[in-house]
Amino acid sequence: MTGEIVELAGDAADTRASWAAGSAELPRVLPLVPVQGLRAHEGRYGGPGLRGTALIAEVERSGLTGRGGAAYPTGKKLRTVRERAGLRGAVVIANGMESEPASAKDAALLARAPHLVLDGIALAAEATSARAAYLCVRRPAQADALAAAIAERGGYDPVPVQLALVPERYVSSAESSLVRYLNGGPALPEFTPPRPFERGVRGRPTLVSNVETLANLALISRHGAGWFRSAGTASAPGSALVTVSGAARSPGVYEIAFGTPVRDVLALAGGGGEIGGVQAVLAGGYFGSWLPGGAALGTPAAPDTLSAAGAAFGAGIFLVLPAEGCGLAETARVVRYLAGQSAGQCGPCLNGLPAIADALEQVAFGARGSGRGAHGRALRWLRDLFGLVEGRGACHLPDGVARLAASALRVFADDVRRHERGPCLAAHGRPVFTVPPGPAQAAAPARAATARTREARG
Amino acid sequence: MSKRLRVNPILCDAHGVCAGLLPELISLDPWGYPILAPGPVPAELESLARRTVASCPALALLLEPSLPALARETR
Repeated sequence: MTGEIVELAGDAADTRASWAAGSAELPRVLPLVPVQGLRAHEGRYGGPGLRGTALIAEVERSGLTGRGGAAYPTGKKLRTVRERAGLRGAVVIANGMESEPASAKDAALLARAPHLVLDGIALAAEATSARAAYLCVRRPAQADALAAAIAERGGYDPVPVQLALVPERYVSSAESSLVRYLNGGPALPEFTPPRPFERGVRGRPTLVSNVETLANLALISRHGAGWFRSAGTASAPGSALVTVSGAARSPGVYEIAFGTPVRDVLALAGGGGEIGGVQAVLAGGYFGSWLPGGAALGTPAAPDTLSAAGAAFGAGIFLVLPAEGCGLAETARVVRYLAGQSAGQCGPCLNGLPAIADALEQVAFGARGSGRGAHGRALRWLRDLFGLVEGRGACHLPDGVARLAASALRVFADDVRRHERGPCLAAHGRPVFTVPPGPAQAAAPARAATARTREARG
Repeated sequence: MSKRLRVNPILCDAHGVCAGLLPELISLDPWGYPILAPGPVPAELESLARRTVASCPALALLLEPSLPALARETR
């Protein structure tokens, strides 16, 4: 144990040197070697600097935005919750759920720098006058490791962090799901508004922030807005964690400066496309959109630039489709998975998502000798379905599915035409993306799982 | 102040009563769930809209003041 700390202290010295030089060297948020233990953490990062309202002002100057997908300005969110806190106080929720199957960055961060995240939670709780703070995760092993880290902190934090092991489901990481769960309900999306910052846990204004966002908050407290802005671009300052998978030699989690061209992001993962190069990139993951290879590679990886290109940075997910893959087949498998993740609360989602999955499978796999008429009918039905599900759920799952499927029809338009004569060879080949098991396993036990975890938490 | 209709999709059970009472502003999708016309409720339809809201068996239909756009929800 002691040996480990000494070893890590050496690593820490190098990183501090680069900060002292005011350079934009990475990594910032995600250390290469886990920083385990509070002493090792303090040795590497030192104690927090700015706190309270001074920290909120500094975060506003830094331009930090949420790293969970929506890229909402963190300073604005902190200020809103603080202003609404009043005498009852606020609540802080650190969102470490990472329900998106193609993302691994929050798990990596929580494993390698748990105390940086816990510092961020403590600082956010203090700054928003919070009475309670929660860290939500979905894996029991994660919860065990984090419970040990929290226990080490003793009276270190103004508000002790409570760990919540939340039932695993795609929509359980939505902020309204976490609030509903912590209020004693199921971890499923709630009808909003009122939004959590207006009325959240026990009716209190509630700040829900991604764990990577909170780690950045902890670093801004120490090093300030100027340091934060020394990485990234003027419109998207700072660094971000990305998860690269699909046709990549070294798939995994990497830290990049915002604005790094997607080509260089993929190069970190050993480059994409083994034989013929990159056919397309699914930027933003299951909740994002496809970009054709050429357009994707030159685009700077940042929320504003990827949105302008017709995709999303989201939670920093890049799925690489090689030249020999079938984008329609890959998308159909992802959409089938997402349809199975519907909580079944909202009619348009419950009915519309399986219908989209069926129609997209018809287009991709041309099932059961159905002929040309069926292909055209499926395409027309898809266009109608997108309009029928968008904006009609309590959460954004239906919007995400419609967006993803529509982007596949747009980017793989040539394949759509070719598939009229039947599926391509690649459609029935080995899938490039690893999609979790389908609805048969995922849909039914959700409520049972909720009850079980609740008893365990008791 | 102008009002707008909103449906709570979690409560809605596709009874379809609303579309029958207020076809000017509400139609049904292929599965029987309401599709609301965008924008504020015209003043001349407000009392009918209020009666429609009161008739929803699931209490899923709401008539609310039109509010300025609130901050986006994060995931």
